[in-house]
Amino acid sequence: MRPETRRLVLLLLPAGVFFAAFFLLPMAQLFFIGGSGKTGWAAYAAILTDLNYFNSLVSTLGVAAATTIVTLVISGISGVFLQRHRFPGNAALVAMLTFPLAFPGVVIGFMVIMLAGRQGLIGQVSQAITGDKVVFAYSMAGLFMGYVYFSVPRTILTVMAAAEKLDPKLEEAARSLGASPWRVALDVIIPGLKPAFISAGAICFATAVGAFGTAFTLATRINVLPMVIYTEFTLSANIAMAAALSFVLGAVTWAVLAIARTAAGSTVAAAG
Amino acid sequence: MKNKWLFALQLGFTLLVCAFLIVPVILSILAGLTVNYLVGLESGLTLRWVIEVWNGYRDTIFLSIGISLACLAVTLVIGIPAAYVLAKRQNAFTRAIEELLVMPVAVPGLATALALIVTYGGLPGFRTSWLFILVGHVLFTLPFMVRSVLAVLSAIDLKTLEEGAASLGAGFWPRFRDIVLPNCRTGILAGSLMVVTLSMGEFNMTWLLHTPFTKTLPVGLADAYASLRLEIGSAYTLVFFLMIMPLLLALQAFAKPRPKKFVAEETE
Repeated sequence: MRPETRRLVLLLLPAGVFFAAFFLLPMAQLFFIGGSGKTGWAAYAAILTDLNYFNSLVSTLGVAAATTIVTLVISGISGVFLQRHRFPGNAALVAMLTFPLAFPGVVIGFMVIMLAGRQGLIGQVSQAITGDKVVFAYSMAGLFMGYVYFSVPRTILTVMAAAEKLDPKLEEAARSLGASPWRVALDVIIPGLKPAFISAGAICFATAVGAFGTAFTLATRINVLPMVIYTEFTLSANIAMAAALSFVLGAVTWAVLAIARTAAGSTVAAAG
Repeated sequence: MKNKWLFALQLGFTLLVCAFLIVPVILSILAGLTVNYLVGLESGLTLRWVIEVWNGYRDTIFLSIGISLACLAVTLVIGIPAAYVLAKRQNAFTRAIEELLVMPVAVPGLATALALIVTYGGLPGFRTSWLFILVGHVLFTLPFMVRSVLAVLSAIDLKTLEEGAASLGAGFWPRFRDIVLPNCRTGILAGSLMVVTLSMGEFNMTWLLHTPFTKTLPVGLADAYASLRLEIGSAYTLVFFLMIMPLLLALQAFAKPRPKKFVAEETE
């Protein structure tokens, strides 16, 4: 081995050893433990064959898909708007929209409680107007709201960065040819932002599928996969099932990101 | 005329989104400083809840600061050399390594934590120590440090700079210290901010990795939300805001010219 190559190997070694010992090995272990329970390797199929697990899988994917669509619409409108129009207060708006960027899931859950919980703003306002107290924080609707809250800041950043690179001349050309603002958005802006939408959407989706903190803060009986895994592990002490389910969950999020990366041509990773 | 309407409509929408994100933050700050949130501000302002949080949960704050700084130290020591190697050799092998390194971010924290527990949970001294949490945090934050440094190293002409120094007789370590490190300091700084912020707020893994003696700030938050009155939960959240606010502002200042830097980014 050339001395230079040897040096590079040495430099990579600490990170490599750490990673192999604390990620690759444990993940392999998790995989085998998943197949070591009462049902053996069938545990990996249980997510499709057991109705309870399958239902939670469906609701997890459902809430994640809804989050992704709503987040992309919101961030698409506001992101392009803030990028295109410079007006006093623009920077302040951007700062406010990206402020919750690093809130952990538990804090997001608490923000949902402040809005839609038992002592929340929506409940107070609705009680004052209609006499009925609207409380939906501790349900799937609250979880959905929390995931949108979590996803909007990072998605807006991605959309703004992509919108900056769009060529305004294309829009002007479309407009001068008589296209309505709606057609310009549909035929010029949205196709131009497609890679950003795919990669940001995939991050949204993967994060919503795997997130745990928000659901944990809102209610332990929300039927999404991460909560099911947690319950299997702690209450039922069914470690094999928890291992199998979380391995499948990990494979799903990883696959979503990998597919999006191929489609969007840029590296994508979930966060939070 | 029509354009004005469109502008107003979009502005109104954006303001609504802003309100959705910011109003709960303000409500929670107020709740943490109000004597009785149900009665409202008329009940008066107080620091009582903040003091109660400080007395009850001080340890979680110090543990979180300690872990995030330790996490920063580890990611710096193992992450920068790794990024350097990935920048020097760009081939299928190093791309595969980069891909692997990002996996703990793509895979849910719950799965990583379970994997660590089934593998190392049996080692009593390790399982109950804060080092167990540190391992999880390093796995999760390392990709952010590596990518951040790698992005800068790929943007500069590292080869020419190093050859220049080498032709003047600089050995490897002087080159690394005097050429490589100073040139990627913006990447190191951005990566460091990201690592500390993420480690401070990590919950998905930490909730499974923690023990009664190793509670971090987000773990304490979840505890407080579940069992204590709204005012205390809010005061605790306020403390958390105060701690991450400087980090967030610094991150935002950094994010301005190239916001994509903090989203995982393609390096060419």
